Formats: sequence, C-alpha cells, structure tokens
Amino acid sequence: MVIHLRYRIYDLFINIILVLIGLMCFFPMLYVVSVSLTPYEEYLRQGGIVLFPAKVTFEAYVQFWKEPYIAQCFRNTVFITVFGTMCNVIVTVLMAYALSRKNLLFRKFFLFYCLIPLLITGGVVPTYLIVRNTGLLNSLSALIIPTLVSPYILMITRTFFSNIDESLYESARIDGASEFKILFAIILPISMPILATIGLMYGVGHWNQYYASLMYISDSSKRTLQVVLREMLNRASRMESDIVVPTRTLQMAGVVVSAVPIILVYPFLQRYFTQGIMLGAIKG
Amino acid sequence: MYLSIKKSLKKKRIDWPYLRSQGAFLLMLLPGFVFYLIYLYLPIGVAVLVSVKNYNIKAGILGSPFASPWYKHFKFFIQSPYFWPLLRNTMVISMSKMLLGIPLAVILAILLNECRVNRLKRIVQTLTYMPHFLSWVVIYGMCFVLFSETNGLINDWLRSLTGSTVPFMTNPKIFRNIVIGTDLWKSTGWSAIIYLAAISNIDPQLYEAAYMDGASRLKTIWHITLPGIINVIVLTLILRCGTILNAGFDQIYVMYNESVYSTVDIIDTWVFRTGFQNYNLSLSSAVGLFKSVVSFVMIVTVNQISKRWGESLW
Repeated sequence: MVIHLRYRIYDLFINIILVLIGLMCFFPMLYVVSVSLTPYEEYLRQGGIVLFPAKVTFEAYVQFWKEPYIAQCFRNTVFITVFGTMCNVIVTVLMAYALSRKNLLFRKFFLFYCLIPLLITGGVVPTYLIVRNTGLLNSLSALIIPTLVSPYILMITRTFFSNIDESLYESARIDGASEFKILFAIILPISMPILATIGLMYGVGHWNQYYASLMYISDSSKRTLQVVLREMLNRASRMESDIVVPTRTLQMAGVVVSAVPIILVYPFLQRYFTQGIMLGAIKG
Repeated sequence: MYLSIKKSLKKKRIDWPYLRSQGAFLLMLLPGFVFYLIYLYLPIGVAVLVSVKNYNIKAGILGSPFASPWYKHFKFFIQSPYFWPLLRNTMVISMSKMLLGIPLAVILAILLNECRVNRLKRIVQTLTYMPHFLSWVVIYGMCFVLFSETNGLINDWLRSLTGSTVPFMTNPKIFRNIVIGTDLWKSTGWSAIIYLAAISNIDPQLYEAAYMDGASRLKTIWHITLPGIINVIVLTLILRCGTILNAGFDQIYVMYNESVYSTVDIIDTWVFRTGFQNYNLSLSSAVGLFKSVVSFVMIVTVNQISKRWGESLW
C-alpha cells in the first residue's frame, strides 16, 4: 500500500499543532510548579525564568504550611469536598430516581417543581438572607446545605435513569422488590458512569468554591483553601507594613497545594467519564 | 404477562404494592423537596419582597417599609450611569467567550479526531481537560506569575527584549482580553468533548466512501465531519445565547481590581458589591431579580427555537 506523501505531511502538520496546543495548556502549570520549587534567591537572580530549577527546595511548601490556620483550612476544604459531595450525590440520586419513574404520582408537578429553579434564581443577596435566617452563617454547613442539589445535575441524573430499559424495572417489580431495593441493588450498580460524573461535578465545585465561603464564613479557622489563597495572592499588592509580604515562591506553593488534590481525582474517574458527560453535555 | 402489567399500571390500580411504591417515592423526594423549597424557591420570594422594600437589617424582611414607588430600585438602576456600561461589559465579555469558544472547541475536536497517533491524542486530550479542574483563584495565581508587571515571566522577557513592559493586569483593555483568554484556556478542552462525541457518531462508511472517491482529508472535514456535527454546533450556540447575561461572575470577581472596572465590571459583580460592600441589599436584590427575569425570558425563547433542532432543555 502506498502512503501518499501528502498524507504524511498532513499528519505531521496535525501532530505539530496538537503538540503546540498541549504545550500551551501544560506550560503555565509546569511553570507554577517550577517557581514553587525554586529557592527564592535563585528565582530573583534568574529574573523569574526558571523552567527547570537547578536546585529544588520544598522551603516554600514548609513556609506555606506555617501560614496561620492553614492546616485547619485544608481540613475544612477536604471535609466539605468529601462529606458535601456524599450528601449531594445521595440526595440527588434519590430524587432523580423517583422523578424518572413513570408511575410516580403527581409526576408532572414534581418535574415542573424541579425545573423552575433551573430557569430562575433568587440571586446572591436573597440567598444570603435565607442562609442567615436558617442559622447557617459562619458554619461549614453553610457551604454544604445551600447547594445540596444542583437543578442542572439533577436533570442529567434523571435523564440517565429514564434511559434505562424499562423491562429491568418491571422484572424487579414482579419479583416483589421494593423501590429502594430496585434502586440500590439493580439500578446503582449499572449507573457508575453517571455517579462518577456527578460526583466529580459536585466535588470540583466544592473544592473550588470561593465566594460562598467569602459570603458566609467570617472565622479565620473556618475558611477554605481558595479564600486563604486568594487573600495571600492579593496581600502582596496591598503593601501593609506590619504584614509579611509572601514571596512569589510561597504564593506558587499555595497555588500548587490548592490545585493538585482535585486534579489527582480525575484519572481515577476518567474511564467512566466521556460516557457520563455526554448525557448532559448537550444540555449544558 | 408484560402487557397485562402495563395495562394495570395504566389504570393505576390502588393496591398494596402501588401504595408501597408511592410511599417510597415520597420518601426519596422529601429531602430534595424541602431543600428546593427553602434554598431555591424561598430566595425568589425574598428577592421579590426585598426589591420592592427599603430593606434594613433591624426590621428584617417582613418588617422593612415598602419603597415608594415600589419600583424605585429598578428605576434607579436603569436610569443610573452604571446601567449601560455594565450591560455593555457583560455582553462584550459573554459574546466574545461564546463566539471564540465554540469555534475553538470545534477545531480542537476536529484536530483530535484527525490525529492518528493514539498516544499523542490521549495526552493532548488529558492536558486540555486539565485546566477545567483548576479554580479561578488558582488561575488568578498563574496570571500573577505570568503577567504581573513587576516580576511576571512575560514582562521579564519583554523587558530584556524591548526594554518596556505591558500592564496586562491593570490596563482595562488588555485585562479584558486576559479575562477572555483565560476562560478559553480553561474551558476549550472540556467543551470539545461534546463535539468529539458528535464526530464519533458520524457513520464511518461516509469516510470510507470519501476515501474511495479520492477526497483529500481537508475536503473530508469540510464535506463530512462539519456537516455531521453542525446540528450540535448550532444547538450549543442557541443554548449559550440563553445564558448570555452570565459573563462569568466566579472568574471576574476573583481576578479583577479597581483599575479595570471600566471594561470588566459586569452585572453580577456589581450586584455582589452593591449587596456585600455597600450594604444596599434592596438595590442589589432588585438588579439581581431584573437580570434573572430577563434571563428567564431568553432561555424560554431560546428553548422554543432549539426545539426546531429536535432538542430541548426540558
């Protein structure tokens, strides 16, 4: 078989562009990691150009860990991500399952009820007032309860359940299985793609959320990582005399610590992913 | 057997299994139902109330006096000098993100599809997804170290090459491009997934036929790949139009500063500042509600249009 020269050139061209795109995504991340590992003096001497640091030091990470309350803030973030996502997924799945069943009484009403908040929201201030009046202010549950179910994610999950073959439900029902048993023993084991997808969506949302903790949390010990990091990034530009200005390397250590844990989750869920995301992608 | 059960379901015979099912359903719906009521529906009511009142914290939501006339806050906003600049900034940022983002994602998907080195394809795909998982605070930190005027990487290069620097983060015009650029950097890889999936649904026989006919690969893209996904492209375009007033609050609130308000202050950031920095809760609610209602009308309209493509949001 003759491989045309034109095809070869074309392939080469495509590959080069893809490599360039990959580098464009990779370079900023690599650079941040490099800066965080470079000794500060060397960073200054090199004028910031430190793609591959000659000397590697974890000084900046040690220093970052000494920031006031940082260990506590890290724990807070892990807690709301893990526990919050569990609550999210459980409530969403229960609700989506019931909504997907065709013999649900008042089904039209419930569907409509869940659809409306997708289209119209109260806005930040009214939500804040509700959170305050329900006594959640300044507690970590303010970062979990007010975002318990995302209407959008609920709809994706419901669509997934509705697309499961009806005969599966029927046969289970003939065997006399209760609805809970059908859900947990039959439906959930074949729903890994959607569980991984919505778990990741909720989890990334929790880990990366910034302005909810800015609005609802005032205690330094209850803040989350993103808030601390943002404050640290901006501290340098404000130049208050009695505050130690964090060095660039320290800031980048903070950036790495705030980004890496959530990126590490992704490869584990990847194989479920494309399948799961497709269900909701079009309706995104 | 199957048919007879279907019939009995249709009649909704009220017997023990039926009641037991309905009970289970209610139990499943309960936590979510209560959550929706308190944290999603109640705020809408509160928004309506607070925006027609002069809210003060001591009197609370119900006790605060009504504004006179009731549309005082809405009128104030529309007649204020902020209105047009905010609307313009919102539209410019949001439209740019959409009109650049969709073609870039389509191009990336086509490039990935054309790539015949599987390993390279997988690596590039993973690398382009990755920024999706980074928070805006983290990306803001990256911008700092890359674009800062005093010691950012790019300005260090520029300084040694040309002797002058560019104020990326403080010049309003340039910063708006940084906002749009970082959004594209973050989201293009992720949005390409849906086009990739659409491409994989195209009948492979079409490609084979084209190959037999001696069509060049570029021609194949133009005559087979693109027509095959045009529906999905149009659909995403239409649906994005429904959320055109969301220019990216999460991003802009983290990244902006006072020197760039003139180009990147959008409705959402203004609402947030009015509420939580100037403590004008009524005005903030009114503008938030106004935006929400306009968005609602747009989404419903857009959904009617997208039904023509056989897809709808609900």
